[in-house]
Amino acid sequence: MKSLTAILTVVAAIIGLWYAACVPMNIKGVLDAAERAGAEVTPATARERRDMGEFGLVAGNSFAIADTWVQDRPRLPAPHQVAVELWNTTVEKKITSKRSLIYHGQVTLSATLLGFAIGTGLGILLAVGIVHSKVMDMSVMPWAIVSQTIPIIALAPMIIVVLYSIGVQGLLPKAIISAYLSFFPVVVGMVKGLRSPDHMQLDLLKTYNASTAQGFWKLRLPSSMPYLFASLKIGIAASLVGAIVGELPTGAVAGLGARLLAGSYYGQTVQIWSALFAAALLAAALVALLGVIERVLLGRMGVRS
Amino acid sequence: MMLVLLAVIVWCAGWWVNSRLANSPQSQTRLVQLLVPGIFGLTILLVWELLVRGLDVSLVILPAPSVIAVRFAESLPILWADFMQTIVKGALSGYVIGCGAALLTAVAVDRSDFLRRGLLPVGNFVAALPIVGTAPILVMWFGFDWQSKAAVVVVMVFFPVLVNTVAGLRETDQMQRDLMQTYAASYWQSFFKLRLPAALPFIFNGLKIATTLALVGAIVAEFFGSPTVGMGFRISTSVGQLALDMVWAEILVAALAGSAFYGGMVLIEKTLTFWHPSQRG
Amino acid sequence: MNMETTPQALETQAGDSGISAQASVIEAKNLDLTFQTNDGPVHALKDVSLNINRGDFVSFIGPSGCGKTTFLRCIAALEQPTGGTLTVNGMTPDEARRQRAYGYVFQAAGLYPWRTIAKNIKLPLEIMGYSKAEQDKRVEQVLDLVELSGFGGKFPWQLSGGMQQRASIARALAFDADILLMDEPFGALDEIVRDHLNEQLLKLWARTNKTIGFVTHSIPEAVYLSTKIVVMSPRPGRIHDVIDSTLPKERPLDIRDSPEFIEIAHRVRDGLRAGHGYD
Repeated sequence: MKSLTAILTVVAAIIGLWYAACVPMNIKGVLDAAERAGAEVTPATARERRDMGEFGLVAGNSFAIADTWVQDRPRLPAPHQVAVELWNTTVEKKITSKRSLIYHGQVTLSATLLGFAIGTGLGILLAVGIVHSKVMDMSVMPWAIVSQTIPIIALAPMIIVVLYSIGVQGLLPKAIISAYLSFFPVVVGMVKGLRSPDHMQLDLLKTYNASTAQGFWKLRLPSSMPYLFASLKIGIAASLVGAIVGELPTGAVAGLGARLLAGSYYGQTVQIWSALFAAALLAAALVALLGVIERVLLGRMGVRS
Repeated sequence: MMLVLLAVIVWCAGWWVNSRLANSPQSQTRLVQLLVPGIFGLTILLVWELLVRGLDVSLVILPAPSVIAVRFAESLPILWADFMQTIVKGALSGYVIGCGAALLTAVAVDRSDFLRRGLLPVGNFVAALPIVGTAPILVMWFGFDWQSKAAVVVVMVFFPVLVNTVAGLRETDQMQRDLMQTYAASYWQSFFKLRLPAALPFIFNGLKIATTLALVGAIVAEFFGSPTVGMGFRISTSVGQLALDMVWAEILVAALAGSAFYGGMVLIEKTLTFWHPSQRG
Repeated sequence: MNMETTPQALETQAGDSGISAQASVIEAKNLDLTFQTNDGPVHALKDVSLNINRGDFVSFIGPSGCGKTTFLRCIAALEQPTGGTLTVNGMTPDEARRQRAYGYVFQAAGLYPWRTIAKNIKLPLEIMGYSKAEQDKRVEQVLDLVELSGFGGKFPWQLSGGMQQRASIARALAFDADILLMDEPFGALDEIVRDHLNEQLLKLWARTNKTIGFVTHSIPEAVYLSTKIVVMSPRPGRIHDVIDSTLPKERPLDIRDSPEFIEIAHRVRDGLRAGHGYD
């Protein structure tokens, strides 16, 4: 509970700073619009204003401060502008509408989830292989670790376009990107987890003459759960980024990445911010969902959180 | 067809050699531990080359490694210019600013228990979000050139480094802090002599993660808008022209840069945290 | 004979039976400490009154929860009592702490793995502002005292557990503090090493004449080392018995087989049994 007040204070402080930042960020645009509308602005011409610092302009034109929070195409939208846009494009729109953020969110989400499922499934299989086969361990594992230092997201545009040229488009190429982005973290984390039981435990199973498969299902797999979930959370965040980036190269029209791109092309800043927030909320929701599943599953295994 | 057959043979041969090496009595030596993944990588390259040629895979789908190597060699000036723009100007400067700011913020946060309890959950939350999405906004504020890419990198590395540093500064156990109390040490004496050295393993954990994030941030930010130079720019335009060998050449540069950057951090970590159990093996 | 003329010292002298009056270094009167925990209040110390004189070697022995470590920590100003009075060198424990009046040795050596042994010993000296030359001199002196000369350049993880603990003691001796507080310093070591370190500690005490407060779980250790043994019992933590040792100051290890030793050990054991109450 003590933490809750601290968190709320920090969030409130961030929102406060945000509103404060809107003023110098938007002042030039506001004063330009005010001058066009015939109001008295200090200094009077845009040319003079361009060379002045933002804070000087704010100091000289304090009447314009309130307007910095309600601009049409602001450099920095105010929190309430973003909130209103979010509301308008989610609750106020039909889900099937091309302008609904829920529609776009669902497009990105389906690619994310499909890719995440493929990446995690294959990753777990490879991890099991690595732990049980010395050859696989020594040949593949170093590459899995190295791949985490390489920005493999740079492969994304190529994958999209190559698959497009052989006729595969839409959901699958994005899912493939999401898959390989979540693949390696899951492999590394799962291997660590499958290897986590200490020697004492493994020796005990030997005294029971347990088979490798029995050792896997009864000891290694349960021990790996905490490590697996830690990697899954990283993996799903990476999958989401992959799906978003996958929407950029072919100029897709659907999905949160597409909204970000469209917003940046047409200078619709509030649209960019709302798409970004939608992506952030989606990421948070996915990680939180995994957290809940983790707590339930691990709770049933007797792990006290 | 011959080449495809050869590819299969090469694959089996590679696997067999590695099998022998992995199960040999020398399998624990450094040499074998480097040789096995090396042979594996080489096998993949050979099989790739043979399959592409044997199955006559089009250049616009998947170029052979030899073709990529040739393109790499003839495009060195362009690759170098892209490297300078994206990695040095964008990623590195963002990395230094972002990590520096995060370290200073962590020290400030450490002094206030209230601030720490509020900021840490928020920081963990933000670190999990798709920060690359801020690229279009930062391009709008900082322009098309490397400054906006550096800004994206700053935002991307800030929170992971902050969270890790704050956790590291808390790592000292009660006994160590009691000892400092018995010496009547001041806050800063305790900070520089105890808490900062003890936090280094955690700080380096964050710094290593940040190296990859910096590269990812700089490259992906260029997908949203860039002058006519830069790795992300080159990748997206080459993809558009279906010049996939160039794309692979750029990816090779990214891979080399990524592993070198990470490797550099590991070396610095080894020097400064030689005393930690994880470094003593 | 040192005779302080403060009222407390005179009182102590009047109260001591037959033992020559010396300056009272640590005085506790009706000390009380109650912790508030999630499971309710814990009465860690109740009505603890004790005088420790200059040059004493006082052992605190008792089962878990009897308050022996808590009492030591109160002297060190690492805990705040909730009732009664406690003075160290005539001041409050916190003032004494600020004046660096004591050295503290914990159960674990707690050396910094990133510093060599010599640099570890210099840690308090750096904090307290000794000059570099003075630091080097003192490091040499204390390394010699604990028989670790030549190991100054090694790192803690290159030394055995017993050697690390000796380094920890050396660190507590490096600066000029008349009081040494030790909380089960040899608990994690094996018997042979323990015997050796006990002998060394006695020699050290004879050479430096410090006042030592020593917490232990081991009856032979308490009887072997101390001039005064404080037997404590738990729930609430209190003093059950204070035994003034009749053993001579010179003590070879085989004094542990003498009838005097066994008698004192018996008295300690009886006190522990009475206070334990297996519930």
